[in-house]
Amino acid sequence: MKVLVSGKVQGIVLKSKDSINFLGTVDKKTGIISDKNHDLFEKSLKDTILVFPSGIGSSVGAYTIYSIKTNNTAPLAMICKKADLTVATGCALANIPLIIISDEEFSSIESGMNMSLDTDSTDPLHYP
Amino acid sequence: MKLTREEESALKGEQGETMQMAYRILVATGEATDAEKLIPIEWTHLAGVNYNTIGDAGEEFLSGISKNARVKVKTTLNPMGFDIDNVSNYNLDENFISKQLSIRKSYETMGVIPSFSCIPYEIFDIPKNGTQVAFAESNAAIHANSYDNLKTNKESAFSALASAITGKSPYSSLRKEDTPNITIRMNVKNPNELTYGMLGFFAGKVGDTSVNISGLGEMDNRQCKAMCGGMGTSGTCAKFIFGDGDSDCEKIDFDEKELQNIHDDLNTAEKGDIITLGSPQLGLDEISDLVGKLKGRSFKKRCMVFTPRTIKEQARKIGYTNELERAGCEILSDCCTCLTPLISKDSVDAVTTNSIKGAFYLKNSNGVDVNLKSLSQIIEDETR
Repeated sequence: MKVLVSGKVQGIVLKSKDSINFLGTVDKKTGIISDKNHDLFEKSLKDTILVFPSGIGSSVGAYTIYSIKTNNTAPLAMICKKADLTVATGCALANIPLIIISDEEFSSIESGMNMSLDTDSTDPLHYP
Repeated sequence: MKLTREEESALKGEQGETMQMAYRILVATGEATDAEKLIPIEWTHLAGVNYNTIGDAGEEFLSGISKNARVKVKTTLNPMGFDIDNVSNYNLDENFISKQLSIRKSYETMGVIPSFSCIPYEIFDIPKNGTQVAFAESNAAIHANSYDNLKTNKESAFSALASAITGKSPYSSLRKEDTPNITIRMNVKNPNELTYGMLGFFAGKVGDTSVNISGLGEMDNRQCKAMCGGMGTSGTCAKFIFGDGDSDCEKIDFDEKELQNIHDDLNTAEKGDIITLGSPQLGLDEISDLVGKLKGRSFKKRCMVFTPRTIKEQARKIGYTNELERAGCEILSDCCTCLTPLISKDSVDAVTTNSIKGAFYLKNSNGVDVNLKSLSQIIEDETR
């Protein structure tokens, strides 16, 4: 596990099997996925713990992450399998906790789970 | 990543919110690229200036942080969307102009040198060998690492901005001794700048962080820039190392067939309605060469020439700008072919250019077709 942006939150998991291109597929006002080919189509990212493989696409997508945070429609935290610079810098700009986890851990997480995350703890993920 | 006590304190917010955000960006970027620490840098070059690319979110963000953020090291700036001296000729709407001027103001407030150029390596003095810098513009990062004996990551707009504010950058692979696992053997005879642009484009596709490259003859400045521009367009690779590489290094040939493949991908029109020269922007030697080639000739169609403001001033003093304007060139400072809002598919079907980087963005961002020709061919076909 690797901590890219630290923080402490508790919330419900929203998991995607698809990668996310923040520039093209996330509405920067509502935080809703607008790409009908995406498995989170019409789902809102607001106040979720967003679990997805990685970010893809233009680095300008980092501004989208910053925008949804400013509009109060951002996830509480993000968890990825693979680090990418767009999501890393976007979460850093917006101060959204971001961690990278192993493939096994990634497969064990499911949408709807209640999760608490504390990056300062030696065991950051809990399911109360 | 190991941080010093001062860096830890900034990350906790003890030096204000802007510093905290800047360190969050450096740490996130450093962790994502396996850096073990931050190191001081002496010069940053920022991207994320053109309103066409960063949009309202970028404009608002920069306006917000410019209230507090100030750059700590020498910081130069990529091109924006237009040249204020002649923007009225190009049908840009008022909203674009005012948002772009707001972006300009934010950067100036932060203490950035408003160079609006993608060729900082040609218009500023190069520091001594091995100096650590942080360049976000891809062609400039590649040029710095490959030709100028500087060291930089291929920075994002955000990591470079964070570096400008903190004076630090993650110590990632390109700052260390990088050993490429691939060698490209240049196997095309009689190359011109288009060939080198496509060679760079090919290298960016097959390379990881750096590539060896062999079989290059003498190259002029235009050809070197074309190769850097091409590579920055197609991937994340940010350094050419000239030579054969280790014997166990994978060898790939760049031959007529690869050349043709890339050409067929990027060349989508038989002729253009207008011509653009510059992406990267032209330096003084290229302007001088263009003036020589245009002696007694003029363009049969519009030709946009992109060059930094400082070069345009020098060219004016020497008399070059008069010569170019006589030959029908429109000279534009502070902006470039790449991601220009000045060419739209409403008024232009196809553009003729000798820039691979320009071709890629004209096609993918502006949605216009591209006709690729070397400068000599352009002069032969498009002037009289």
